[in-house]
Amino acid sequence: MAKEPRVGLFATCLVDAMRPQIGFAAAKLLEDAGCIVEVPPSQTCCGQPAYNNGDRETARALARQVIDAFKEYDYVVVPSGSCAGMIHAHYPALLADDPNYAALALSLASRTYELVSFLVRVLKLERATASYGEAVAYHDSCSGLRELGIKDEPRQLLAGVDGLELRELAGAEECCGFGGTFCVKYPDISTKMVNDKVADIEATGATTILAGDLGCLMNIAGRLKRKGSGVKARHVAEVLAGFVGGPAIGEER
Amino acid sequence: MRSRPGSIKSNTGAALADPVLQEALAKLKTGFQAKRKIAAANLPEFDALRDQARDMKRAVLDDLDSYLEIFESKVIEQGGQVHWAETAQDARDIVLAICKKANAKLIAKGKSMISEEIMLNHWLEEHGLEVVETDLGEYIIQLRKEPPSHIIAPAIHLNRKQVASAFKERHKELDGDRPLDEPRALLDEARAILRQKFLAADVGITGANFLVAETGSFVLVTNEGNGDLTQTLPRVHIVLASIEKLVPTLEAASLAVRLLARSATGQEMTSYTTVTTGPKRAGDLDGPDEFHIVLLDNGRTAMMGGPFEDMLRCIRCAACINHCPVYGAIGGHAYASFYCGPMGAVLTPALAGLEDWAEMPDASTFCGRCEQVCPMRIPLPRMMRAWRERAFERAITPAATRFGLGVWGFVARRPWLYRTLVNLGMPLLAMLAGKRGRFAQLPLASGWTKSRDLPAPEGKTFLAQWEAYKKGGQR
Ligand code: SF4
Repeated sequence: MAKEPRVGLFATCLVDAMRPQIGFAAAKLLEDAGCIVEVPPSQTCCGQPAYNNGDRETARALARQVIDAFKEYDYVVVPSGSCAGMIHAHYPALLADDPNYAALALSLASRTYELVSFLVRVLKLERATASYGEAVAYHDSCSGLRELGIKDEPRQLLAGVDGLELRELAGAEECCGFGGTFCVKYPDISTKMVNDKVADIEATGATTILAGDLGCLMNIAGRLKRKGSGVKARHVAEVLAGFVGGPAIGEER
Repeated sequence: MRSRPGSIKSNTGAALADPVLQEALAKLKTGFQAKRKIAAANLPEFDALRDQARDMKRAVLDDLDSYLEIFESKVIEQGGQVHWAETAQDARDIVLAICKKANAKLIAKGKSMISEEIMLNHWLEEHGLEVVETDLGEYIIQLRKEPPSHIIAPAIHLNRKQVASAFKERHKELDGDRPLDEPRALLDEARAILRQKFLAADVGITGANFLVAETGSFVLVTNEGNGDLTQTLPRVHIVLASIEKLVPTLEAASLAVRLLARSATGQEMTSYTTVTTGPKRAGDLDGPDEFHIVLLDNGRTAMMGGPFEDMLRCIRCAACINHCPVYGAIGGHAYASFYCGPMGAVLTPALAGLEDWAEMPDASTFCGRCEQVCPMRIPLPRMMRAWRERAFERAITPAATRFGLGVWGFVARRPWLYRTLVNLGMPLLAMLAGKRGRFAQLPLASGWTKSRDLPAPEGKTFLAQWEAYKKGGQR
């Protein structure tokens, strides 16, 4: 790349509030790959909870806010397939009839990436320099998989991690039952789904489950812990950046 | 058009606690899902065919009136009769009148979702007619007085034992001690009984998978051949079909059939694919004397030109249902509507009103698998979201959800307030969780913590730490 790209990091509300080290891992991966990383302080939420619950007006307001916060960057990078998918796949339609924002929404959508796919597709990163001596399974989050087509990228980078052995889940394409507000609106159905996912994870014999979305990971980790399972849950960025010294998600400190 | 009492929420507990149902649902993955995957992989042009089928159907819908007119004139030309039914009641009246005119006592019926939609059996029975379902699955649930739990596999929620006991209970004329443990024995018994019904029936009623404009034909696919017997043996044949079943040509019908079987059961073709045109002609060996087509609207015209028009491309293959994780958890009966899963979540509110059915499009994680497998490329999540937007506008969305979203929206739209609150709240929560790093219980989060621990925040927020780090401090 000729000039260092200026990347606006959208941490997402979940990472900001719950697990800052994913934000730092993302920043490290981007900086190591030659980006200038900035974190605009006016970021809050991408608007997905409102959008998916039918509150279109609030979703539009939040979309405009995100656009204002990020429009000056070469790229917007998000350590979450679902929030990146929201900006990439939904903002343009959401603001199509807004004369001031329609073009901006399209432009931002074309420059917005989920973290791992950005590293591979745009920065052409071929291998990570980390090491992690465990058998891991990777959970494909639905939005990343189906809205952004992310499938090979995380596997490719994980294959280069020293000591890591990647195992495939039998139901890799199945939803874990998180679904944003779904998990609290339909807790019993959600529990059944995450139960199946956890059984699937345990069947691989992996000792860590990785994913690119903190929402899914909190759901999976929460169920693993409730069952007393020793399987750890981590964001894929933590492993790729080598941030694996501290407790995994939901673990004793 | 409620098929069962209750709501998804109130029916979930029973569905999750039903071991037979859960066993059946677990088989979806190794059954329908796996078979569809293989069938799609074996046909390199599968995705191209999906595009073609979508475009074909779009063109039909753009010009539906003229295609319907052509279809009608062709049917009449062949000696058939066409009846237009605007509402469910119209359709019931038309069918009943035809049966009465034919002095019918016994009706043989092929599987038809439209007949479920208009609750036809109930209506005919109320008027003194005997109706026998001839599809094995439909026959079984008819004996059990249940609605279907799946659009192509109506009795998928039952196991062999339950079928055997339904047979023992309802086939009173047979020896009570007969062995019914083998599937073969069940099949033979149903076949023997249905055969008598086919022969005795005065009227046969079937659905239609496709109506073909250029020839006035209809296409019926089955795996049991019961549809063929239902339409050839009785004197009078009634086809019940909704207006969006129209395709322009036989060629277009064969395109749709190729997609239908692969998406539904993973078959290249179903065992029987029958194209029928008009009643029995002079010299024909069999076939009905009278041939009627009842064309049902029941809310479909109102879907045209709006956000739900794409749903009219649906060919009822059930791929979306087979791959839906919510259906996979609770089965079809829990939806309380004849149409279930993602296709039902879009269609039911359109046909029967959002007021009573807003929960169906709400109960989805938007995982998107339904759209991924839909052969007609119907954007099911987008349309479920469109229903949610209407529910929100009309204040049908539950008050608790509205309130929560309102508070969240208010705070999220004010970054300074948002920052203040998370910067205060997260360290506090982290402290409350202490060394455990998670909550086993938390007020207001019981929906989550009933079955899952809630991971606790690390402490300071990312943005606060990032600012300190940029200023040269430590994080
Ligand atoms: S919506 Fe698509 S996948 Fe579902 S039944 Fe209709 S055609 Fe099949």
